[in-house]
Amino acid sequence: MTYAIEATGLTKRFGATQALAGIDLAVPQGSILGVLGPNGAGKTTAVRILATLLRADSGTAHVGGYHVVRDAQKVRETIGLTGQYASVDEDLTGRQNLVLIGQLLDLRTPQARKRADELLEWFDLTDAADRPAKTYSGGMRRRLDLAASLVGRPSVVFLDEPTTGLDPAKREDMWDVVRSLVDDGSTVLLTTQYLEEADALADEITVIDHGRVIAHDTPDGLKRVVGGQRLTVRPADPRRIAEVTAIVAQVADTEPDSPARGVVSAPVDGDAALTAAVAKLGAAGIAVTEMSLHLPSLDEVFFTLTGTRRGESAEPESEDAA
Amino acid sequence: MSAITTTDASVFTRPHVRTLRHALALAKRNLIKTSRTPEQLIDVTLQPIIFLLLFVYVFGGAISGGSRHEYLEYLLPGILGQGIAMGSVALGQNLNADIEKGVFDRFRSLPIARFVPLLGAVFADFFRYLIVCVIYLGFGYVLGFRIGTNAVATVAAVALSIAFALCFCWISVFIGMKARTSGAVQGIMFLLIFPLSFGSNVFVQASTMPGWMQAFVKVNPMTHLVGVVRGLMIGGPVLSHLGWTLLWMGILLVVFVPLALRAYRRRA
Repeated sequence: MTYAIEATGLTKRFGATQALAGIDLAVPQGSILGVLGPNGAGKTTAVRILATLLRADSGTAHVGGYHVVRDAQKVRETIGLTGQYASVDEDLTGRQNLVLIGQLLDLRTPQARKRADELLEWFDLTDAADRPAKTYSGGMRRRLDLAASLVGRPSVVFLDEPTTGLDPAKREDMWDVVRSLVDDGSTVLLTTQYLEEADALADEITVIDHGRVIAHDTPDGLKRVVGGQRLTVRPADPRRIAEVTAIVAQVADTEPDSPARGVVSAPVDGDAALTAAVAKLGAAGIAVTEMSLHLPSLDEVFFTLTGTRRGESAEPESEDAA
Repeated sequence: MSAITTTDASVFTRPHVRTLRHALALAKRNLIKTSRTPEQLIDVTLQPIIFLLLFVYVFGGAISGGSRHEYLEYLLPGILGQGIAMGSVALGQNLNADIEKGVFDRFRSLPIARFVPLLGAVFADFFRYLIVCVIYLGFGYVLGFRIGTNAVATVAAVALSIAFALCFCWISVFIGMKARTSGAVQGIMFLLIFPLSFGSNVFVQASTMPGWMQAFVKVNPMTHLVGVVRGLMIGGPVLSHLGWTLLWMGILLVVFVPLALRAYRRRA
């Protein structure tokens, strides 16, 4: 198999913090790898190393077949990078930002303008094209960031938490864009804090924590380990929690647990469980303030994989350095 | 990507030409940013006007023994030198603030020469120095300053001042890369610019100073730049100062360009 991104044994230390403690990654050409992990796990450090912005202390990495240190310029010709750090210039308009990047990629000015227009249209920014980027909403900013990384039609795209802070509708728009990149033949490495997002997009998921890979699997494989969808119910009246627990137990056919006071949660098999629970709660006359069907949260994933709740570990939480 | 970077003209792909083109594109970015926040130009527009007023009308009479006009003729070519040195402070401050933002990482992920964003910023600074020169000459004219030579000599004086500024500003770039905050850049640069501009022939003739200070004035690059500019604008010898000025420009480039680039690589 040809890997568009291949890294072995990457380590990086910032002062006293071991940001990466030996990471292996492999992304087959034309696929999406989701790198899942909490803040400070080392996701951003790994992406910065692969995108030639940072040098690893040890280990090797190739992107598009090029060595990230020896052939850094070739790697830069291959990649597009979007993240909280690789962003656009707020004082420039959306169009000026994209044209500038086109010019830096050696497009002649008319070509750069044409490419900017195409991207502005694709990302639904045509109306805002001539406004300074600092006037954009969060969602527009992310779209412009992403558009900026696609000016050179990169074959490998790094997306560092592309949807963090976006509302659910905007998130789905972003997911569609990511899918269309892969349809066009690009390879995508996407970091995220949401299993939901990795599940929706990725062909394979690598879970990292404290600079190490703690799991690597397909989304289905990972869900088999950490559990699939869960049904969570919070009754409006906390005194009726026992009745709710009984109903959820019946629907889920297993003993529910209580992840927080006044909340009942249990793994379920499919969407039907939600409808069944709604019917039974309605029949019993129990009002709820919260009711959802969702994949395990990052905390739950980590609890299953490592046996410790995040925050209980002895090591202090550190922000992704650099 | 190779499909769109392929261009027909071979000049387009020669490395130096490419880098120059990238630097100009980035210089344009800096100019757009300045045009969006024109208050960034206060230090090269209002500040020279205030300095000129203060020095001519507060100190002028005392220094020249009464003839303010004579002092203006002496002062203007000198304060121009101070003005361009002061004008370079903002470059380091802006780069210092810029580099913490995401856009520099974007540039660094592109297949362009690493130092091009710095070069682009320096290119854009050309216009700030041109503004300083125009403001000083224009406002000086209003106050009664008259060129004693001719237009060609004056243009040469302005050109040399700007060329000197484009060498001197690499100190600001270097400090901008080294300092932790943009406020610190200003503090450090002023610490350097005050002795250079006051410990020179900018404001008073060196013959009034004690010997040790005269020794400093003699090696001070500002003295030599101002010597040439004064000669070109109001007449007098030029050549000996010109040699020293060009030598200093070379030294500034040879020392501070590599230092700035190294600091940039470490910082970013």
